[in-house]
Amino acid sequence: MNWFSRLKSGLAKSSAKLGDGIVGIFKGGRKLDSASIGDLEELLIQADLGPATAAKLAAALQKRRFEREVSGDEVRTALAEEIAAILAPAAKPLALDAAKKPHVVLVVGVNGSGKTTTIGKLAQQLRGDGRRVTLAAGDTFRAAAIDQLKIWGERTGCPVVAKQPGADAAGLTFEALEQAKARGDDALLIDTAGRLQNKTELMAELTKIVRVLKKLDASAPHTVLLVLDANIGQNAHAQVEVFKSVAGVTGLAVTKLDGTAKGGVVVALAERFGLPVHAIGVGEGADDLRPFDPQEFARTLVGLG
Amino acid sequence: MFEGLGGKLSAIFDRLTKRGALSESDVGEALREVRVALLEADVALPVVKDFVEKVRVRAVGHEVLKSVTPGQQVIKIVHDALVETLGAEAEPINLRAEPPAIIMMVGLQGSGKTTSSAKLAVWLAKREGKKTLLASLDVRRPAAQEQLRVLGAQAGIATLPIVPGEPPVAIAKRALNTGRLEGYDAVILDTAGRQHIDDALMAEIKEVKAATKPVEILLVADAMTGQDAVTMAKAFHEAVDITGVVLTRVDGDARGGAALSMRAVTGRPIKLMGVGEKLDALEPFHGDRIARRILGMGDVVSLVEKAAETIEREEAEKLAAKLQKGRFDLEDLLSQLRQLKKMGGMSGLLGLLPGVAKVKKQLAGAQIDESVLTRQEAIILSMTKKERVNPDVIQASRKRRIAAGSGTEVSDVNRLLKQFMEMQRVMKQAKKMGAKFGGQMPTPEQMQRLQGQQMPKLPPGFPRGFKF
Repeated sequence: MNWFSRLKSGLAKSSAKLGDGIVGIFKGGRKLDSASIGDLEELLIQADLGPATAAKLAAALQKRRFEREVSGDEVRTALAEEIAAILAPAAKPLALDAAKKPHVVLVVGVNGSGKTTTIGKLAQQLRGDGRRVTLAAGDTFRAAAIDQLKIWGERTGCPVVAKQPGADAAGLTFEALEQAKARGDDALLIDTAGRLQNKTELMAELTKIVRVLKKLDASAPHTVLLVLDANIGQNAHAQVEVFKSVAGVTGLAVTKLDGTAKGGVVVALAERFGLPVHAIGVGEGADDLRPFDPQEFARTLVGLG
Repeated sequence: MFEGLGGKLSAIFDRLTKRGALSESDVGEALREVRVALLEADVALPVVKDFVEKVRVRAVGHEVLKSVTPGQQVIKIVHDALVETLGAEAEPINLRAEPPAIIMMVGLQGSGKTTSSAKLAVWLAKREGKKTLLASLDVRRPAAQEQLRVLGAQAGIATLPIVPGEPPVAIAKRALNTGRLEGYDAVILDTAGRQHIDDALMAEIKEVKAATKPVEILLVADAMTGQDAVTMAKAFHEAVDITGVVLTRVDGDARGGAALSMRAVTGRPIKLMGVGEKLDALEPFHGDRIARRILGMGDVVSLVEKAAETIEREEAEKLAAKLQKGRFDLEDLLSQLRQLKKMGGMSGLLGLLPGVAKVKKQLAGAQIDESVLTRQEAIILSMTKKERVNPDVIQASRKRRIAAGSGTEVSDVNRLLKQFMEMQRVMKQAKKMGAKFGGQMPTPEQMQRLQGQQMPKLPPGFPRGFKF
């Protein structure tokens, strides 16, 4: 199965919901009047696009002034175009800066969003491209997080810099960068403990990690990747906002994008923050971390594919 | 984005200044905003629709309290309906089974199953004194079993030894056997999550269920979950018939609308909530707390509650002022009687007061007849204004008229009047004592201390209370 069919089968159920919903509303042709637009808006909300973005998209469709009755497919196509337009600026795959040895990627996010797994998958891809990668087990809090990363290190053939549980994450990060620098690695992927964005002390720890990295390389971290679980709803806004202001998030990775009614929040985030989506996770396999394609994403979301 | 809602609402309702009952249009306007608030809190759309309709029916015609706007009143009604739907009281974890009671934890990846399993074990061990065994059936996520082992070691909870390569159902059976043989009260099974609901996951947890017959099957779900919570909860419920929900990451700032969705589609209670990273950060579910967050208008709810209190306080203050002047008439007694009835009668009121334990016991012994309040109210209502203000004029013929008018006996009228005189006497005493406490009415605590010395039958410090 190639990645796209994987994404499609992953998104299939949510597409079915949104896509079938649209087909249902416009069955046998219907005018885009305030009633049908209202129905459409509700479908978009059910796909986690949020009330604001849903209203905006619905309004954009209304502006198209379909003077006659439209079919579900026409609406889906138009909607996909509008969504893709919002998402277009976000399509920037994670590109390593070859001048940086290493290119430092700091991975942050709330608990359970899939940081460690994303790092494992990212390491796998970079290794596949022949890059030299070091992993830093900066999640010194969650039980067995270090073991989990070490297993990924073994699978991908990457050295893992780790200390005992409870060790100072900033200190460990510093050592990891020292070692990766000495080896002249292409990339250093730093795992961090999951933290809820409203916990001030834990967020301050992230600031400290960034500060310590800058002591060795003033331009580091070169990428700050916020990992978002596609299951979450409107709290994603708060997560992006706070992690961006505290840790200087430069891009997003959206994980678990293979279930039902998921990923809609990405559209709202792209509209509000304009941050690139560097990668999406579409499955549990190591090769299921993929670049983000707005066209396909939008078409799949509305069930066109 | 959401912060603006409070302002939006007040803008809408500022122009609605009329008093009295909520009209259909008041309610309609307020509910439109509430609907958006619920959606932004991730409550699933079908649940929002049902809920808003329920509230509409309840709110139209509802009285608007003094000093709050109709919009604020609607929000309070919404809040109360939310609490009711979510469940005001936490339901306990069920361990009623031949030991060991099996508790199975299910949920999506990253929802917090492993941490919640360990927290629940700590809860059962520390709060309920149950000998608890933890077992991880997650053979998929790297180091998942190790994670549970470490958590168990940290908390001093036994974990089932890890046998590499053993399939989930075999682990579950081994946990059950170990639980039986080693005399455990409870065994918690931490199952593997999946990124999404798939047949393989459901088949696996069904198999585990069949093999272990759990007494509790708890769905672990993230408070941040979006609209998909409905689909997810429904799928788990249909597969294994969950018995309850554990809501995780309630210490975050997610509004937690998923809780309402899950409760609505499964009909199962939310039993516990995770409120921190430490292993003791597990609490019984507080419907009230989640309701305020979902609505994001806790301040408005408090405001309405305070307004309701204020009205009572204003009355109490009016009364206190009268007392200061030594004027307390039967009109005041009437308003006190009514307030007392509203607050659930004498015993209800006493339950609310601190520092009156001793008096409470005495009153419990006296077996208060609450219908007395109604009778006394009727007696006062049968009096003329003049009689109420100046009870001295009430002589035998007036007493007969009053008794006839209120359907009571002259002896009842006499008793009321005697009690009233007694109250007046005590109130005057209270006023004198009040001077000792800087002109304020003494607190119940102060009264209790003084009771030995002055011994009025009525504790005069009773704010809003009285003796009859």
